[in-house]
Amino acid sequence: MTCNSGFSAKFFIILFLNLSSAFGYTIASQETEEHPHQAESEKQNKGFNPGDFIFDHIKDAYDWHILTYKDFHISIPLPVIVYSKTKGLNIFFSSKFHHGHDSYKGFKIAHEGKYEGKIVELMEDGTDIRPKDLSISKNVFAIFICIILMLWVFISVARAYTNTQGKAPKGLQNFVEPIILFIRDEIAISSIGEKKYEKFMPYLLTLFFFIWINNMMGLIPIFPGGANVTGNITVTMALAAFTFVVTAINGNKFYWQEIFNAPGIPFWLKIPLPLVPIIEIIGMLTKPLILMIRLFANITAGHIIALGFFSLIFVFGDMQVMLGFGISPLSILFTIFMTFLELLVALIQAYVFTLLSALYFGMATAENH
Amino acid sequence: MITLSVLLQVAAGAALGKLGAAFGAAATAMAASMGISRIGATAVESIARQPEAAGDIRANMIVSAALIEGVSFFAVVVCLLILFT
Repeated sequence: MTCNSGFSAKFFIILFLNLSSAFGYTIASQETEEHPHQAESEKQNKGFNPGDFIFDHIKDAYDWHILTYKDFHISIPLPVIVYSKTKGLNIFFSSKFHHGHDSYKGFKIAHEGKYEGKIVELMEDGTDIRPKDLSISKNVFAIFICIILMLWVFISVARAYTNTQGKAPKGLQNFVEPIILFIRDEIAISSIGEKKYEKFMPYLLTLFFFIWINNMMGLIPIFPGGANVTGNITVTMALAAFTFVVTAINGNKFYWQEIFNAPGIPFWLKIPLPLVPIIEIIGMLTKPLILMIRLFANITAGHIIALGFFSLIFVFGDMQVMLGFGISPLSILFTIFMTFLELLVALIQAYVFTLLSALYFGMATAENH
Repeated sequence: MITLSVLLQVAAGAALGKLGAAFGAAATAMAASMGISRIGATAVESIARQPEAAGDIRANMIVSAALIEGVSFFAVVVCLLILFT
């Protein structure tokens, strides 16, 4: 690797890495936790814990944490709506919990055990039970932001279409129209067929844009982005459940016949013990299940990788400050590369979810072979 | 019987579950990459044979890769469940 052509970028990167690792010096590890509450567990006492850091950013929360500088927190408190059998409906802001250290009106955020991170209710006999929790948590708030964004974009595009009928599209229409035509031609018509695709178009379009916009917003590190919505398995479970319900409702006679009374199968596989129907039902349930897991795992894995590269800086920095400075250009470069890959994955996962949903709709409404 | 219980105690103590989860994740990564590399290789070959069909081939390649990755994520989720519960 003879680089005689002067001071290229590669030269500077290598020089910087060498100098920062060579001139390291040890410092006493700083006291980084702010609250005496956390002093109980030794793990959190010293420096940076990458496992906690990563899981805090992946999981849902009752307030939207923006930044923490030593003792100074900035976070957006979100409303907590809990209904318990003994105390009734309680609505309050999550700032009353003071970042999870106080209890309020008999509710507190549990720090260990089965309900870690969630609101539990303190009963008189010392046990904790979970009330009915309808809080606007971070993921719910992010979904609302995405809904507002989608409504704004598509209502203005629809209004632009009614205003400029017959004329060339202008503005936001130019961006949205090729995508909608792509979903209509490549996904809906090719999977469902010319005659029946229109009924499913609203759902497919909503699904595609919802998943795509939420994936992209999860990659933005600052508010209003940064909430791991599609990496939350309950969100993907809801989307897969919608697809399953729409498939089941629109299944025609041939679809259900293939599942319960498949033609061409000998009768003894169906009558005493319905083997083939059971296998077909398991297959019918597996399809939305794997939709759910595919989206969840792809997005969460991407976030964990990006967060892992960032925590590498702090892990090295805890050993030696200069080592942390040295690893940071490499770490940031890798994170940028992974973020580009994650942008691609955001689009591909939205496309695959929508395409497979359209395929299932096509299979459910197909006329006989 | 006694041997079995001794073996089980040793297995639990030595955290063989975690070892199994790690091996499972590695095997899944190997299997998924082998499968998807085959798709990539044949897709690129067919584009070389017929460059006009590049768009169609690219779309099919991406869909197949996403489906195979979905199966590999099943295995990864199982390994994560072993590690964290």
